[in-house]
Amino acid sequence: MAEVAREKKLPVDDKIHTWPHLVRMEFLVTLFVLVALTLWALTVDAPLEEPANPTRTPNPSKAPWYFLGLQEMLVYFDPWHAGVVLPSLIIVGLMVIPYIDINSRGNGYYCFKDRKWEILTFFLGFHILWITMIMIGTFFRGPGWNLFWPWQKWDPHKVVALTNVDLPYLVGFRDYWWSAAFSLVMIGIYFIATIALFYFFVLKVKGKAFLERWGLVRFSITAVLISLMLALPAKMALRLLFNVKYILVTPWINV
Amino acid sequence: MAFLDQIKKDIVESHVWKSIFRHGYDDTPRNRVMMVTSNVFLHLHPAKVRRHAVRMRFTWCMGGLTFLMFLVTVVTGIYLMFYYRPVAEYAYADMKYLDNDMPFGMLMRNMHRWAAHAMIVFVWLHMFRVFLTGSYKPPREFNWVVGVLLLVLTLLLSFTGYLLPWDQLAIWAVTVGSNMARATPLLGYEGPFADFVGANPIYDARAFLFGGGEIGPHTLLRFYILHCIFIPFVASVLMAVHFWRIRRDGFSGPSL
Repeated sequence: MAEVAREKKLPVDDKIHTWPHLVRMEFLVTLFVLVALTLWALTVDAPLEEPANPTRTPNPSKAPWYFLGLQEMLVYFDPWHAGVVLPSLIIVGLMVIPYIDINSRGNGYYCFKDRKWEILTFFLGFHILWITMIMIGTFFRGPGWNLFWPWQKWDPHKVVALTNVDLPYLVGFRDYWWSAAFSLVMIGIYFIATIALFYFFVLKVKGKAFLERWGLVRFSITAVLISLMLALPAKMALRLLFNVKYILVTPWINV
Repeated sequence: MAFLDQIKKDIVESHVWKSIFRHGYDDTPRNRVMMVTSNVFLHLHPAKVRRHAVRMRFTWCMGGLTFLMFLVTVVTGIYLMFYYRPVAEYAYADMKYLDNDMPFGMLMRNMHRWAAHAMIVFVWLHMFRVFLTGSYKPPREFNWVVGVLLLVLTLLLSFTGYLLPWDQLAIWAVTVGSNMARATPLLGYEGPFADFVGANPIYDARAFLFGGGEIGPHTLLRFYILHCIFIPFVASVLMAVHFWRIRRDGFSGPSL
């Protein structure tokens, strides 16, 4: 009986004509947005400052707002990492989403229950990390890239004590080789721990059958991307709580 | 009135009129399909769509609005190109001229800039919506990849346009944004392992982007061509792929 009722509820063909239904909607939305954009353009002028002068660097020099998340990451990582490696990883990480997400639920409709962890991961990456970093870079950074409240006057002579030290130094290592060895061990432990935690987490919330279906390649890619993504808040925490500058210092790269 | 009706009939049934407009506005199922299939622009759509896919709370209209913002920047951008010279001596003066003396110059420039910013916001929201509805799931995986490329191109379009006013905001924002390139591992002169490749300030990834060791007139021309020709061209090709694949696979939705 229930089967029959369900069949009745879902029509075989639920299609409607594009003209007029979709075209009318697009036309009205287009009209509305164009009017809004025109009004906005009439009331707010695009900025134009004084002519370009390569000899006068403004303080602070800010990238366009959509890149301020990357500029903000420069506080915590060196440029090769924050400016090149992490953005590339963000792009690659976004691209592989359809290939590592094999959950067949929620294809083409809104649902939170069946895709809780996927959506929360996206939320962490996009809203918490990306958007928050842009907000901080846009509204809370002043001269010298120091932190200011939006209502606070920008003081170009604000004195901020540079008390950051490298992690091996903080723990007590003074010798270069011992420091480097300690750093590499710590980085190794970080990755092994996050990947292991991720493994057991997936095992717990998704089950063994899912892991087998997921396969080693998909699991590895996801695990590495997740631990790299979590490295940002981890480094931020180390910096903000313990004034750690670098975790690993070598003549070539610092992390 | 009979006279007017006769004129209308003469026009609508004339050889010329019929060669341009193949069908009227009769509200018949056949004509509704014809409206879409016989129009090159509306042909982006399938003739029929699933009921849920039309609802605004499903799509948020964000993909379409991103495209609309692209079109706005194309139209206003062409207008700006008539009055703007990508030469360091003239660029800033042309901005002043555009703002103060050109008819609708300021309005066009404002619309161009705000539409570009709106396009970035819309493309992010579009990506968020597509993630929430799981619309990247089979068979649409590759279209998500194309979408990510378009997202990157949108940012690059905006970024290259940022330099063109040639004011303090422009060169310093682009300087900060491009400084990352000189830290590229191997290829940037300040990046790790640059010595192995022999990268130096005038021969590295950033110099390739700038057309020289520093931001200068060469950079302005380079960014102008990237902004007006190269990236819009690549983005248009990818957009064609993006839309065509949606057309082939249909709008995502729950299986019946």
